Order: sequence, then structure tokens, then C-alpha cells
Amino acid sequence: MSIMLEVFGEYAAFNRPELKTERMTYDVMTPSAARGILDSIYWHPGMKWHPDKIYVLSPIKHTNIRRNEVKSKISARNVKSAMLGKKSELYIDAQSDIQQRAALVLKDVHYVIEAHFDMTDKANPSDNPGKFQDIIRRRIEKGQCYNQPYFGCREFPVNFRKWECNYIPTAYPNETKELGLMLYDMEYSHDGEITPTFFNAVLKNGVLDLNDCEVYR
Amino acid sequence: MADVIKNKYDFAVYFDVENGNPNGDPDAGNMPRVDPETGHGIVTDVCIKRKIRNYVDVVKEDEKGYNIYIKSGVTLNAKDKTAFDNFNIDEKSIKEAKKKDGDIDRKIRDFMCENFFDIRTFGAVMTTFVKNGLNCGQVKGPVQFSFARSIDPILPQEVSITRCAVTTEKDAEDKTNTIGNKFIVPYGLYKAEGYISANLARKVTGFSEDDLELLWNAILNMFEFDHAAARGKMAVRKLVIFKHSSELGNAPSYKLFDTIKVHKKDDVEYPRQFSDYDFSVDTDALPDGVECIIK
Repeated sequence: MSIMLEVFGEYAAFNRPELKTERMTYDVMTPSAARGILDSIYWHPGMKWHPDKIYVLSPIKHTNIRRNEVKSKISARNVKSAMLGKKSELYIDAQSDIQQRAALVLKDVHYVIEAHFDMTDKANPSDNPGKFQDIIRRRIEKGQCYNQPYFGCREFPVNFRKWECNYIPTAYPNETKELGLMLYDMEYSHDGEITPTFFNAVLKNGVLDLNDCEVYR
Repeated sequence: MADVIKNKYDFAVYFDVENGNPNGDPDAGNMPRVDPETGHGIVTDVCIKRKIRNYVDVVKEDEKGYNIYIKSGVTLNAKDKTAFDNFNIDEKSIKEAKKKDGDIDRKIRDFMCENFFDIRTFGAVMTTFVKNGLNCGQVKGPVQFSFARSIDPILPQEVSITRCAVTTEKDAEDKTNTIGNKFIVPYGLYKAEGYISANLARKVTGFSEDDLELLWNAILNMFEFDHAAARGKMAVRKLVIFKHSSELGNAPSYKLFDTIKVHKKDDVEYPRQFSDYDFSVDTDALPDGVECIIK
């Protein structure tokens, strides 16, 4: 069961894990970002999305954005003591806890995601691929989603619709681009331990083929 | 507490600036943010969210359930915090508490959502409290903003100013005044788009109908408490809300946003006020199950 989903938007940031403080995007959408987009349209514990191919329809363009951000995160310890009725300052002062960070992001992105899903052992007895397929088809046709999907960061919303044509005109029809080692996805199967996995990304004729790619841990 | 919202919303906010700097770019010496390719002005999502937080902080000053997590200039209201609800967990034995109560992560999350309007609305990142095996993780809020972009290209101008007072005595010896500069956009009409997921409201943060009403008010009035020398005159001109009749939505968001038509009037070359624009929403083109509210 495979679907073809056209996604487009003004900006995207698929951040490289090795360049995190000053964020820098990968040149194309990562498989995990594609999965995130599909997950926010439809997901169920009984299924797992597998992106097969990512077609790049617009040329890769970058832009730079620097923003004021806060340094800290909510500390569970402070919350707990506040929950116990202790007087603790439960907020972040954005003016003293400030940090300016730049982000190199993609501009005017347009992709087609080819993906399929597998059933998992968490599926209910009444679930079957046909049922999930129908739900997904209806959601995409109506533009429905669990939450608005996004390109890497929530401020970069995704517009989506079904891709109907057989032919997909990519921005790089006769080129092979070596994109280097790229994040494949996060591996959640080991309890409490989340490990990233990587693969060697090659954009061939504007298509990132994820089938049979070797994944490194 | 009012009910949790049951409908998906998409909304577009149109705001304008007159002789001010809506959002400075730290990379460009605080010049107004501009898309270098098209010349359109940009206002980041976080800039808009800051103003919404500030508005709620002002109108709901310390009211229970309406605290703001990420504050600016807190020293003014750094007063005693009211005693929070108590779950009777001993602080020293988090580990044991975790063993006894596997649900502690969720409780911490719910506690933060109940108390803080901005976490309920926009979400927050909580620390992974690894040592004690606590993981509150990421709270995804139902309300999502995109960057705002101006309808037409903007022209930022640098305005030089002088001041007759000098800061340091050393400087005062050899000069009588100093020159500064500020950037202004003579006029710009911007549009920001937003999305509200009823699913995240129901399953994660409990964002309610009351919160939604407060959010609309905050958006409409976000510049009213934000006047400053740098901002010039800023105002929200239109808030177009698309209310879907269902939780998952009845139509793709981009199709709804396409029904809003905003154009410079034909005889206007350089827009300088909101009335230089034609603004209309083609409500006839709206699909079934979507209601349009213009504020």
C-alpha cells in the first residue's frame, strides 16, 4: 500500500544533529521529517510509516534567520517543588535568559513523498491495512490532519495534497548529488534509549531513494 | 473551567506598521527583517507569540491558571507565587515516587499546562530529568504560527537621530551630542497564518474555549500594550478565522487561506495606509463545514 503525497511550503528546517547550536538544515527532507509529516496526518499504534522515496521538485535554496531564544528548559525539579507548594520561581525571564541563535533554513520547498505503512503487533484485531488506507485517503483528500504538519520546525507549516500524476518533474532531472551522511530516523525500540541512525544520501535525478539503503547506528 | 475546544481552526492575522520597526533582525544590525530575494518584510512566529504572552500577562495578571512561563522583565511582578496544588510527593525521594507512581511525568506535564497559559497554548520543552528517570519531554501546544510576511515588498529606511545628552563624562569632554540611528518601515501590511489543532488540545494540553476566546482577544490587541519608540504605529487590522465543523478539519488550510484576497488598490503605487488595500474574503468559495469569522 503506497501513497504519493505532495507537500510544499515557504520554509523548511531539517536540522543537522551535528550543527545544533547554530542550526543548519540538510539540503533535502530527511526520512524522519517525512515520517513526522505523515504521522501528523494519520498515525495509529497499529501501523508504522516507511518513506520510500522523496522527490525534490524545487531547486534547493537557503536563507538565514537569527532569532532571540531562551537558553533554559523547564526543569522538572523546580516543577516538582512547586507542586509540593514550595515557593519557587516557575518561569523563565526572557530578557536575562536570552541567546541569539542563527538558523540556516531552506526556502520555497516542494516535495513529493512516496511512502507505505506496515502493520505492527499493536494493531487491534479489527484493524487491517485496507481500513487504514481508506482513513488516510479520506484525510488527505479533505485536507484533514491530527495537527498541522510542519517542515522540521513548527513555524514552517506544510501544505499537503494528493499527488495525482504519474510523472514527477524534479528540479534535478539529470544530476547525481552526493548529500553525504544524513539522519535516517531515531531508533526508539530500545526502552529508554533513543539512538539516531544515519544513511548515505544520494539524490539521483532529484529523487532520494530510501529503499534498501544501508542504515548505520 | 470551560470545555476543551472541539473544532480545528485556521486563521490569518493582518497587521500593519507605520513608521516603525515591527521586528528587528539581529543579523543585520536590527534592521527590519526582509526576505533578501523578494524584498518582502518578515516577522517571526516567536515575535508574535511574545506579544500574545505579554498581552495575557497584562490582562490576567497572576490569575490562577493564566501564568506565563516565558516572561519578559519579570522583576516587576516577581511576587510570591500562590501555593500550587499538592500531590503529596516527598521531594527527596523522586526515584521512589517514580516507582510508586509511574504517571509522575504526565502529572508534571498536566500541572504545567493547567497553570501556564502559554504552555497550554504553544507548548514547551521540559527537561529530561535523566538522573531520576523523569521524562516530561516535549509538550506540543495546539496553536501554531508561521512567519508573517508583508503583502508587498517593504522599504526599510535608516533614520539618523541625535541626542543632546552624552552618556560618559569622558565622552562629554570632546562632544556635546551623539548620533544614533533607527530603522523604520514607512508602511507595511503583514499577514501571519496560524493553525489550531483540537486534537492536541483534547489529548495533551486542555486548551479550552475560554482560552480560545482569550487568544483571539490577545491577537486583536497584541500591539495595544506594545507601544515603543522603535515600533511606530502597529495595529491588527483583520483577523480572519476559519472554524471547521469537525476536530480534524473539513478542508485543506491553504485552500481556505486562498479565499482571502488582499491587493493594493489600482491607483495606489506606494501604499501608506490600510485603506490603500482592497480586502475581501470570498465566503462563497468556502467548502461545506467551514465557517468564516472576520474580526
